[in-house]
Amino acid sequence: MSGWLSALATALDPLCGPIGIFSLVGQNSLISCGDSGWGDEIAFGVKVTITLAVATLPIGLLLGFLIALAAQSQDRMLRAAVGIYTTIFRGLPELLTLFIVYYGMQLLIQSVLSAFGINERIEINAFLAGMIALAVVFSSYSSEVLLSAFRAIPRGQYEAGDALGLHRSRTMILIVLPQLVRIALPGLGNLWMILLKDTSYVSIIGLADIIRQTGIAARVSKEAFFFYFLACMLYLALAVISSFGLSFIERWSRRGEGRR
Amino acid sequence: MTYARELIAPRPAPPAASKPWTASRIVAIAVLALWAALAVAIVALMVGGWDEAKFLRYGPRYLSGLWITISLVGLAVVLGAILSLPIAFARMSKNRIIGGIAYAYVYVFRGTPLLAQLFLIYYGLGSFRPQLEAVGLWWFFREAWYCGLLSLTLNTAAYQAEILRGAIGSVPHGQHEGAAALGLSKSVAFRKIVLPQALIVALRPYGNEIVLLIKGSAVVAIVTVYDLMGETRYAFSRTFDYQTYLWAAIFYLTIVEALRHIWAALEARLTRHLKR
Repeated sequence: MSGWLSALATALDPLCGPIGIFSLVGQNSLISCGDSGWGDEIAFGVKVTITLAVATLPIGLLLGFLIALAAQSQDRMLRAAVGIYTTIFRGLPELLTLFIVYYGMQLLIQSVLSAFGINERIEINAFLAGMIALAVVFSSYSSEVLLSAFRAIPRGQYEAGDALGLHRSRTMILIVLPQLVRIALPGLGNLWMILLKDTSYVSIIGLADIIRQTGIAARVSKEAFFFYFLACMLYLALAVISSFGLSFIERWSRRGEGRR
Repeated sequence: MTYARELIAPRPAPPAASKPWTASRIVAIAVLALWAALAVAIVALMVGGWDEAKFLRYGPRYLSGLWITISLVGLAVVLGAILSLPIAFARMSKNRIIGGIAYAYVYVFRGTPLLAQLFLIYYGLGSFRPQLEAVGLWWFFREAWYCGLLSLTLNTAAYQAEILRGAIGSVPHGQHEGAAALGLSKSVAFRKIVLPQALIVALRPYGNEIVLLIKGSAVVAIVTVYDLMGETRYAFSRTFDYQTYLWAAIFYLTIVEALRHIWAALEARLTRHLKR
């Protein structure tokens, strides 16, 4: 079963499969797949970029949702606590956040370990550091989007939930969340596009994403313009695919609205 | 006729409602305690790791990096604003070819990462050295600073064009008709009637765009421009001292927060006639 699935995945691989773009340009070009070209390396970079963005999204969304809930709580202290968080991470450059997370986590783990008497040099996984940094940035922006979506939902909806005898969490899941998704989707779609572009920063801490792989290819083959142009086009293709996907999701989320 | 003969005797104030220990309060105190602990740890790191020699060596470098960041962003914002005007008009033009070209420009520059654009300009165009020397542009593409400025300008021009287009589009059609009814020419109507109203709408997005550009400008450090981020990376590579990044964070946060507050005050001042 799994062998069959992986065979299907290989056959439909849009970059290096039998009908992939890099395979179609010919065997001995710069971007052919295999040993002679850079196609397979760059295809691996595309996979890393997509994986990173997709892995970051749920964490960032969940964090952002919790922050948005906290930001509209009655408690002044809770609002202050999340206010500090969003102010800091919306004000720092993403690159700096990434460095702070990457080196800070190493420092933290090393100091914790040395407290237990273990003195080892720790190298943190670049993928994990990138995921945490991007999720933190994404969550602080998505909390703003979700907060304004929360404010767009009338109080009557909550009161109706109470009147039906639903528990608070049931009200949230059954009544508020479906409307929230519909209102917040355009904003979250923009943030997804920004996240996709921000993944390029992880190349600087050594993760093999699109920029890093094309950069290596550019340095070795001395065709810098071609390969960086290819990187831009790959990001652009991801953006175009995302915008199609997003418009599909948006239509899906509005399927219950009916014609007006 | 009946009336009260006695006033109600003064009574003590009702007891203050006791605040229950709700889950949100516990979470709030836990998170605030975490922030406080982090702040104490950072301050302890900075006080414990204080080094006069390092401060004297890298302090001035940080200030020069700060100046480079600010001048780079300031120039890019102004040049981008100038460049965004024709793009926004091309985007609004009825000619489908011109509109398509402007749309493609905006889409490409908003759909690709700034880092990729910067590499394309600095390393990519830099690889055409003989051709560039032939047309006498090599001095421009040789310098990382100019390449950073060019990529920031092109990037922000795309975003600013969209802001401008949206703002001009938000001015009601009646304003154009009113100007035409008064016999104003199109250019005068645009300058005196449409643009002032559009710029008020565009004020907040412009502020956001400048903040994004300040944050985005950190990438020029990767192509060896010694801006704030570049000086930070230089200092870190020499000292392996984590403080260097914390100082950079303080500088960036200060700039962004100051800009945000200045912009909010500016907006409140400029829209005071719209308050009801």
